[in-house]
Parts: sequence; C-alpha cells; structure tokens
Amino acid sequence: MAILTKEEARQILEKVLSFSKADECTVSLTGTQGGNIRYARNEVSTSGEETNRNLTILSSFGKRSGTASINEFDDASLEKVVRRAEELAKLAPENPEFVSILGPQQYAESAAFFDSTANINPEFRAKVAENSIVPATQKDVTAAGFLQHSSGFDSMMNSKKLFAYQKNSNVDFTVTMRTSDGQGSGWASRDFNDASKLNAAEASEIAIQKAVNSRAAKAIEPGKYTVILEPAAAVTLIDNMMSNFNARTADEGRSFLSKPGGKNKLNEKIVDERVTIYTDPMDPNLPGSTWTNEGLPRTRTEWIKNGVVQKLYYDRFWASQKGAEAVAPPNNIIMQGGTGSLEDLIKGTERGVLVTRLWYIRAVDPQTLLYTGLTRDGTFYIENGQIKYPVKNFRFNESPVIMLNNLDALGKPQRVEGNLIPPMRIRDFTFTSLSDAV
Amino acid sequence: MKRRDFIQLTGLGLGALTMPVPLFGQSVDPLQLLATGMEVAQKKQLADVALQAAKSNGATYADIRIGRYLNQYIYTRESQVQNIVNAESFGAGIRVIANGTWGFASTNDVTPEGIAKATNQALAIAKANSRLQKEPVQLVPAKGYGEVSWKTPIERNAFEVPVSEKVDLLLSANAAAIQNGAQFVNSALFFVNEQKYFASTDGSYIDQDIHRVWPTFTVTATDPATGKFKTRDALSSPMGMGYEYLTGNGAGKIAGPQGTELALYKNSYDIKEDAIAAAKQAKAKLKAKSVDPGKYTLVLEPNHLGLTIHESVGHPTELDRVLGYEANYAGTSFATLDKWQTKKFNYGSKQVTIFADKTQPGSLGAVGWDDEGVKTKRWDIIKDGVLVNYQAIRDQAKIIGETESHGCCYADSWSSVQFQRMPNVSLAPGKAKLNVNDMIKDVDRGIYIAGRGSYSIDQQRYNFQFGGQLFYEIKGGKIVGMLDDVAYQANTQEFWNSCSKICDESDYRMFGSFFDGKGQPSQISAVSHGSSTARFDGVNVINTARKI
Repeated sequence: MAILTKEEARQILEKVLSFSKADECTVSLTGTQGGNIRYARNEVSTSGEETNRNLTILSSFGKRSGTASINEFDDASLEKVVRRAEELAKLAPENPEFVSILGPQQYAESAAFFDSTANINPEFRAKVAENSIVPATQKDVTAAGFLQHSSGFDSMMNSKKLFAYQKNSNVDFTVTMRTSDGQGSGWASRDFNDASKLNAAEASEIAIQKAVNSRAAKAIEPGKYTVILEPAAAVTLIDNMMSNFNARTADEGRSFLSKPGGKNKLNEKIVDERVTIYTDPMDPNLPGSTWTNEGLPRTRTEWIKNGVVQKLYYDRFWASQKGAEAVAPPNNIIMQGGTGSLEDLIKGTERGVLVTRLWYIRAVDPQTLLYTGLTRDGTFYIENGQIKYPVKNFRFNESPVIMLNNLDALGKPQRVEGNLIPPMRIRDFTFTSLSDAV
Repeated sequence: MKRRDFIQLTGLGLGALTMPVPLFGQSVDPLQLLATGMEVAQKKQLADVALQAAKSNGATYADIRIGRYLNQYIYTRESQVQNIVNAESFGAGIRVIANGTWGFASTNDVTPEGIAKATNQALAIAKANSRLQKEPVQLVPAKGYGEVSWKTPIERNAFEVPVSEKVDLLLSANAAAIQNGAQFVNSALFFVNEQKYFASTDGSYIDQDIHRVWPTFTVTATDPATGKFKTRDALSSPMGMGYEYLTGNGAGKIAGPQGTELALYKNSYDIKEDAIAAAKQAKAKLKAKSVDPGKYTLVLEPNHLGLTIHESVGHPTELDRVLGYEANYAGTSFATLDKWQTKKFNYGSKQVTIFADKTQPGSLGAVGWDDEGVKTKRWDIIKDGVLVNYQAIRDQAKIIGETESHGCCYADSWSSVQFQRMPNVSLAPGKAKLNVNDMIKDVDRGIYIAGRGSYSIDQQRYNFQFGGQLFYEIKGGKIVGMLDDVAYQANTQEFWNSCSKICDESDYRMFGSFFDGKGQPSQISAVSHGSSTARFDGVNVINTARKI
C-alpha cells in the first residue's frame, strides 16, 4: 500500500530524523498510486498502473546543503540516505541565499482525498473508454481520449519540529472526437478530486456534438472580435498571468508587474474592476494542498481584488531581503464570475466568436505577457444571440492583461484543469491569421 | 505514469530556463554516476529469462530493455549556484505480443524473479486487451544481430568532469555577461547518459552507451528609466557529444553575415564568448527599431530554422500522428496518406529535400540501433519538394508499403513503453556554392533571423508563428541594423514552397531540441535538425509590441 496514514508517516519521519547529524535536516516522505488508459481510433492503445513511495532528505551545515533520496525503507537504507545527504552538503558550495528551515506551523486539514479515486480499478478505466468509444461509433465519429488518476500522501518533518501531512487524489479526463470525414472536431475535459463525480459519457457527448456541429466551417477574416471564451479556453492565459505574480522578478525589473525605477505594481489596478482572483485550498469545489514543500502554509489568498493587485508571491529569501511576508505561489486559481450560464452569455452577444479551447499557447513577449496560440475543437460564429455557423480556427496574439481590461461579461465559474474559471465575453480579442486545421 | 516522476525545477528566470525540466530517477552522489553498472553477460542472462518466459507463455514476439539512465543538471544565476541535480535510474521494461496484441510492464527489481514477474504482467495485459483489438499487430521483419554494441563517439565523458569545473565554467560566463552590461544571467548545463541493453526474440542482444550535452543561458538587460527589459538566449545547440563540445573554444565556428558581428557555432561552443555577445545584444535590443509589419524575404540561420523544420516537417510526418494515435493530445497531421499516395504533393519548392537520419555524428538522435533493435539509417521524407515518406516503426511500416522499419522507436526510460519518435530531420544543403553574404546580396527588403525564439503551430501543422533571438534588417542587399518585435506567420506548405535558396554544405550545422514531448503519459526525446542558412520569399511578418 503506497498511502501511509499520518501516524505511519510520522513514525518513519521521526526515525529518519534520529539519524541526522547535520545542523538542520528536513525529511519528506511521499507516496502515490495511480493508473491510466489511453485510446485512439476507437480502440484502447495503452493502459498502465504505477505505485511509488519516496523519501528525500535535505541536510545543511551552515549555508551548505545537500539532497538525497531513496525508495527503500529498511533501517540501513534510511541511515544510508541521511549520511549521503550530509556528505553532499559538506561538498556543496555555500549558498548566499540560504534561509534557515521553518519551525512548527499551523495547517488546515486538507479535504482533497477521496476513496472513490483511490479505489479506481481496471474495470472503471475500461468503462470510461467504452463510454466514449460506443457513442462515437454510433455517430460515425472517432474517439481518442486519456484518463489518468492518482492518489497519494505528502508528509514532512524537520529538525525544528515542523510536521506536516496531507492526502490528495485526482482524476483527469480528456476526450477528442473527430468526424470520419475529418471535417469536424470536438473536445471536452473534466477533472475532479472525487472520481464519483466523473461522467465520461456526458463529456463524450459534448465532444461528439461539437465535432458534428463544427463540420464545414466557414472562413471569416482575422481581426479584432468579441469572443466568448469557455473556461477551458481562458484557463491557460489566466494561469500564466498568475504564475508571473513573482515579487522578485517584478522588483528586478523583468516582469509585466515591473515599473520604471525598480518599483512593482502592487496595489495598482491592472485589469477591469470586475476581476477578482484568489486561491483557497479549502474551497469545497477545488480542495487542494494546505502547505508547500518548504512547509509554508497555504491559506485563502486574494491576488487581485476588483482589478487591483493585492499580493505578489515571495520566496523566503526574497521576503527576508524586502522585509515582506513569504507567500507561496498561487495554485488552484479561483476567478470570481457571475451567475449566468454559457448559454446566457451567447444570448447576450450581438456578434462574436465562441471559443471551445485555445491550443499551443506560447509566450511571445514577457514585457506585456503577450501570448500566441490557436483556437481548436469547436469555434463558432454568434449573431443576435445565437450560434449561426462554425468558423475556421484562428491564431491569436493577445495578453491576458489586455484581455481582462476588455472584459464585457462573466458567467458562472466551472472547474477546469484544477482551477475555477468563469466563461467570459471579451471585446477586441486579437486574431491575427486563419488556420486550415480541424 | 511518468509525469508524477517529473521534478519541476522552476524559478529560474526567463526564456529557455523557465521550461519545466523532467528528471528521471533517484538523486544520487555524483560519484555513483561513474560506477560501471551491471556486466553485459549478466544482462544477457536476465534478458533470456524474459524472452524464454514470454515465448513459453504464448508470446509470438518479446523484447526487453534493461536501462541505466544518468542525468546531471547544474543551474546557476549571476554569481551563485542554484541547484546541482545528480540522478540515476535503473530498471527493465518488457514488451510482448500475445493474441496479436501488445502488452508492456516494467520493474526496478532487476533479478530473474523480478524480470519473470514483469514478463507475466506484460503477457496478462496483452491477453486482457486483445478482446478490444480489431486487427492483430503485424511487425515487419527485423534482422537478429547477435551480440553487438554501439557508443556515442565522445572524446570526454561529461560525467567524469568534476562538478567544480562545470560550476566554474558557468560562473565565469555569468560574470562575463554582467561585466558587459547584463543585469541578470541564468545558466545551466544538462548532461544525459543512457546505458541501454536491448534483447528480442529476433536474436539481437544490443548494448549501447549514449551521451548528450546541452549548455544554455538566458541573459537579461533592463532599462530602469523606461522599465523595459530584453533577453537573449544562448546560441548553443544541444548535441550528441561529450564534454568536448564545451572545451573546444568554439573551434570551427562560422561567422554571421557582414553587419551582424555574430559568432555561430558548429561542433564546439564557447559559452563565455557567447555570453559576452548576448549581454551586448540584449542591451542593443532595448534600443532596436520596432519592425514594420508586412511581407519580407526571410534569411533564416540554422540555429533558428531547426525549430521551424522540427515543428512544420518533423511532427507532421510522424506516422502515428497521421494515423490518429495522437489525436487527443498533440493532434493529427495535414500530411495525410492520400496526399503522399499521389506522389506529387508539393510540400516545398524544388530546392527542398528533407531527410531523416539516425546516424549523423554529433546529433541527438544518433544511435546504432533503435529501441526495438532495428539498425538505424538515413531516408528521404521530402525529395525535391515532394512528400515521399514518413517516420515509421515495425508495427507501422507495412501501412506505407515498407518492408523494413525506419528505426525510430524510442522510450525515454526503462519504465516507459517505446513508440515512434522523431529521428533527426534535416534540410539538405544547397548543391550550388553559396554563402550567407552572397545570399543576402540579392535581398532587397528582408530580415535575417538567428536563434530559437517563441514558437506555436496548430494541431494539424498548417499555421505557425515563430520568433527568434536576434533580428537584423536587410535593405538593398545589406544588413542595416537590428530589429525587434518580429514574428513571422505562415502556412507550412506555402512557407516551404517559398524557399528559393539554400546555402551550401560549408554552412551546414545542427540545431537541437533536448526535451521534445509526445504521448500520454508524456515522454521526452532529444532530436537534432541540420540545415544551412536558407532564404524564404514573401513571408508575413507581424509586430508583436503591445501596451499594457
């Protein structure tokens, strides 16, 4: 069994620490078990399972540190790996940015683990594939999909008596449906902590509908359009913006949050006042990790409130340099939205383009957070509140900062790729060329 | 399966070094990387356990890979070492065909018992999945080679070079960049050694020792008065070489075109010289002219053009993509079988011959035999502009009428199942004598682009957009100054048909991609792309500057 209880983990961690002779020592113990199934051309292509457990030691003498890890758990192996970390620490150069380890911390009890996910078996996986392949075959559509699940625990203890433990589970499902004539393609994704919430048949049906409805797409001129981005289309741009909320790069003058004269944009309005973005590991729709691998607590944190930057993330070294509080980087982002559905947003659109997802997103200019990429798997023209016809895919060049300044309306947030993101209507979204890809 | 093993080393600043770097294996003492590992005779005995167990339990084919994978990564910024990673991973992967269906299992218990157990697991998976199989797997024949070996022809094993020497090299390059006006430098060295033993029921026992290196950096120049910042990444290439790539002081380097003062590297790289140039060029980019959008003649340097070849020719001609096996992830391909069957699909102009080659010395893809025991070779994909072939492995070759595999099967670890991966895919140099200065002489309104930049392409590989590291304006046959905010967009077929000239063999060199991703769960692969400088006419250039 790869998943240890809190007490089992504590006992191993205490034993490992008892071998330490370093000035400081941190021991991390993790375990995962999981599996996957992949299918394409309406048949299963690969499937597998994996179980793993790992122990990592970080030892420090003064400002010299060394790391070693092992996946064997007899006493001799445990002592050996501690000695190895200590030997490496003694050989290492001094790290001028060394920060002493944290003492005991208070963490909320994470609610991210579900037995339903830990108990997934080969039959469950085969059924997911079947729930895509059977309806696809009936509609002359070809299914390709991937289900991946994992369950595990993370724990750590250090020589200053810090102890942390949490469990988590995740299931991720994506499916692509292509019409047999190659003219239509649709896609859907779902992710949950609790596998009992996964309905692969429902997601597959949406992907089939998008594939069938996106056949015979018309070419319309690239340019600036009002767009409705489904949550799956908006998530990567929002996520990329938030991962750049790094105080150090902002202070160093090499971030979109830098200002002339070595200042940053903390407390400045950077996007529309309806934009509020926060992280909260205790949100019941998005339960997550309550501490970082350094042992910093993760709590509800507001990053952008009413368009104004509230917080940047600081590693412990940079926080000590700036007299600031160390803040863990955002993960599992929650963007507030409205109450309306995607359909409501469509109804309220005079002319616009509905985007299912964006693909191959790459940074073009870090100064403005300009990204390029393409629409994929269902792009539709909207007129007078109705979807009129499918359109060919576009390449875009756009910055999430500009996009969120051109905000028109927000719908109800949905879970996508480990985030809660609303569908959003954006004015003047920049499409720069057409693609023939289906 | 692999993704959870990835250790993402982040927080390294900008550019290339912000890429999450996958790492396999346990972190270990660097001295452990020098241990020789298991003897070949012992590997053969263990391999025979798997092959016999598979055959006696109903397999019609079986192979085993016993692999030891070593990684060393060193990261620095300015005057400090951020991280030194030493990792080792050892285990075996067994693949069988039973009931006409593939089965695969892996184990880190490399004993007769562990191997036998994994073989039985692979057989059980094959038999369980066979009820979903529409047609039995068919392999084209592969010769049994007996007991053979191959080794990357290196002069100096990077794992034998002391860490302190490597750290000193990076820190001296960083210091040189700072002295020349850069505010920040992130630099890194990546070293990989794959010790792979392959055996199959076809009678091959193949022992291979494969080495790869990649030195790289990102230099940042800031202007505190305006708040602007610019970066310049290294003009190095990852190579299938030893540490000699870093100690040759750029021997055999090629001068950039007149008016650029660029030093461009072939089989030897001078990181300090390049860091100094990068600092100066990043500063110059702060004041460079913003490009006027429109149609331009592009003159593309090999360390830039390699990525365009990779994305617009390499990926679309992978046969598994063409057939739909990657539809849910990377996508499919515009280069469909019906286009290939016409034997006259103009992928490019008559000048364009693009070949696949797993034997090129110094390349990342060079091996003696692939991961299913097929001897590597060279073949054409595009011949005089026409699509003539794909990249195929043993269970696909029959689909395109080939009687033997192309030898491009690869797995990134003993624990990953092998599948079709891109071989080195390269643009053949021009046959007529032509250097880059003569090429530029004829260009009235153009841009010379060097180095790898931003890249994006659609899921069928029609529409792409590429940036670069350095852009120079060409007017009236001469380079007149630096440009900024440049990206070009094109359709793959139109782009390769606009190729009007290619420099000769003396200009030929390799670009590389060290962490190319494919498959679900994702696997990485390293691949080179050679070319000489090439000219493309009437390409659409956009201006990427925006205000926030």
